[in-house]
Amino acid sequence: MASEKQLSIYEDSTAAGFSRPLLLTPSEDLKGYIAAHVGRLLLFGITCVSVLAVLFIFIFVIRESLGFLLGHGLGGFLTSTAWHPESEPGEFGAVGMITGSVYVTVCSLLVAVPIGLLAAVFLSDIAPFKVRQYVKPIIEILAAIPSVAYGFFALLVLSPLMQNELGFTTGTNILNASVILAVMALPTIISVAEDSLSAIGREIREASYGLGATRAETIIKVVIPAAHSGIIAAVILGMMRAVGETMVVWMAAGNANQIPSPWWNLSAAVRTMTATIAGDMGETVQGSMHYRALFAIGLLLLAFTFTLNMISEHLLARARRVKGGGK
Amino acid sequence: MTLTLTQKGETVEESKILEKGEIAEDEIVVPCCDAANDAGSVVVASDFTLYYGSKVGVKNINMKIYPQRVTAIIGPSGCGKSTFLRSINRMNDLIPHVRTTGCLAVNGQDIYDKRVNLVNLRQQVGMVFQKPNPFAKSIYDNVAYGPKLQGMRNRVQLDEIVEESLNQAALWDEVKDDLKKSALALSGGQQQRLCIARALATKPQVLLMDEPCSALDPIATTKIEDLIGQLKSRYTIVIVTHNMQQAARVSENTAFFCLGELIEYDETGKIFTNPRVKQTEDYITGRFG
Repeated sequence: MASEKQLSIYEDSTAAGFSRPLLLTPSEDLKGYIAAHVGRLLLFGITCVSVLAVLFIFIFVIRESLGFLLGHGLGGFLTSTAWHPESEPGEFGAVGMITGSVYVTVCSLLVAVPIGLLAAVFLSDIAPFKVRQYVKPIIEILAAIPSVAYGFFALLVLSPLMQNELGFTTGTNILNASVILAVMALPTIISVAEDSLSAIGREIREASYGLGATRAETIIKVVIPAAHSGIIAAVILGMMRAVGETMVVWMAAGNANQIPSPWWNLSAAVRTMTATIAGDMGETVQGSMHYRALFAIGLLLLAFTFTLNMISEHLLARARRVKGGGK
Repeated sequence: MTLTLTQKGETVEESKILEKGEIAEDEIVVPCCDAANDAGSVVVASDFTLYYGSKVGVKNINMKIYPQRVTAIIGPSGCGKSTFLRSINRMNDLIPHVRTTGCLAVNGQDIYDKRVNLVNLRQQVGMVFQKPNPFAKSIYDNVAYGPKLQGMRNRVQLDEIVEESLNQAALWDEVKDDLKKSALALSGGQQQRLCIARALATKPQVLLMDEPCSALDPIATTKIEDLIGQLKSRYTIVIVTHNMQQAARVSENTAFFCLGELIEYDETGKIFTNPRVKQTEDYITGRFG
């Protein structure tokens, strides 16, 4: 057996030449300790800002609307369509706005979901890699266009078109707002759905092809069912975009507080919850019942989007688990 | 391959066309395998070459695979053994820019003919993959997937096939009470046997296995190997494996691939005890680069 000397080309043990000490000096140690802890606290504080913001928004909205909810109760608010906040005594029926919001949201989803999902399937399973590389960023640009710009388009292009070509009595109506909202929801839907479809591994697709399935059968029977959580989440995220959007519906939906009659009349003008808040807030006296009623609408919206958000988070988490091969 | 390319310019032109995914008409003219008529073999490759774009996947393979036997394909990583296996049911079609020359015949039919019915080919040449890849469906629906694609709707018939396939895959006793449970809840070894059952459910003649045990522990591996032993009386099995002991244990014939070429193909006993080629010997004894 070789002695230690023979294994080393150096004569003595320090000859490897470590020029700097391997132990921290006490002052270096202290500095490191302080830096690590101060840094951690700082970052924690900064992170807390956004968490606190959510909390404060909730508290603020609830506090401002509490006066209304205690004074008038939810009864008239959720059953009546009469919205005359400035008359004496004021009437605060929000049903017209709630149905308005539901109308534009549902109609926009009816347009956006089929288009969005088909586009997502095309991008994930059919388009060659090069096409996806260029098309996806372009679709995502749609999400970066300010909503006022969409509003212009609705007012100056779609509105006259509907009035003159389709013979609608007003160009600003449910259909107009829904089409624009659909375009705005598309990037979210396509992007999230495409991600969840692509996350379904190549192995699963190969298993299906290996059993003699065609591409269509593979997509419909295997890929889409496996990605269903992510796809539903995509739809809900698109829905949140449509529910919360203000500027476009204010500009394009016509702002008439009414329930369309007959119910399939999509050429009717409606007023949504968001447009009511944005439109009325500037005209109310701070602290008045009208002002507090607007906050009650805000609270309703908040509760709605909060629920949707929870559902989509849950579904996306489930989609990730399925992808990871969990149970 | 009788396509003669006289000038360099022509060669370049042809590869350009093919990269766009079109099929060169001339290639159909290649007289497909006298070997295809060779009785007694299920899969016949003659001068079969596969390119990924301009890269060669496998080169000039001449090989006959015989029925009711296990044929093992061994070789170092990247030697083209999986590529060749996946050629037998045209799974390589899913990869862009793949083209082939020469001939690969299954049951006497050149499967790279334009008119080949891929659905029928893949249902008769089943495949088991390296990683267990059950669908996110119930155990029952996983096995019934293939028969349902063939248009089978009769519940009684489906039940029968599912039970028979799971039985053949030695999984029935473990799952018969949980057929509605998600396949993803099974262990890795069970999932792999489920994938075998799923492949058997389409009543294949040939079963291709691409390193079916590489993601499994030794106990699950033993089970799969036993299963292969039971299945070979009814099916023609081709198995790609990294594990030479496994090839020695389960197969009758062994092919050794290296750098995209078939180096040696013989009875398993001969390959492992008395290989003809030096390269094979080096690989088997572990002296390989």
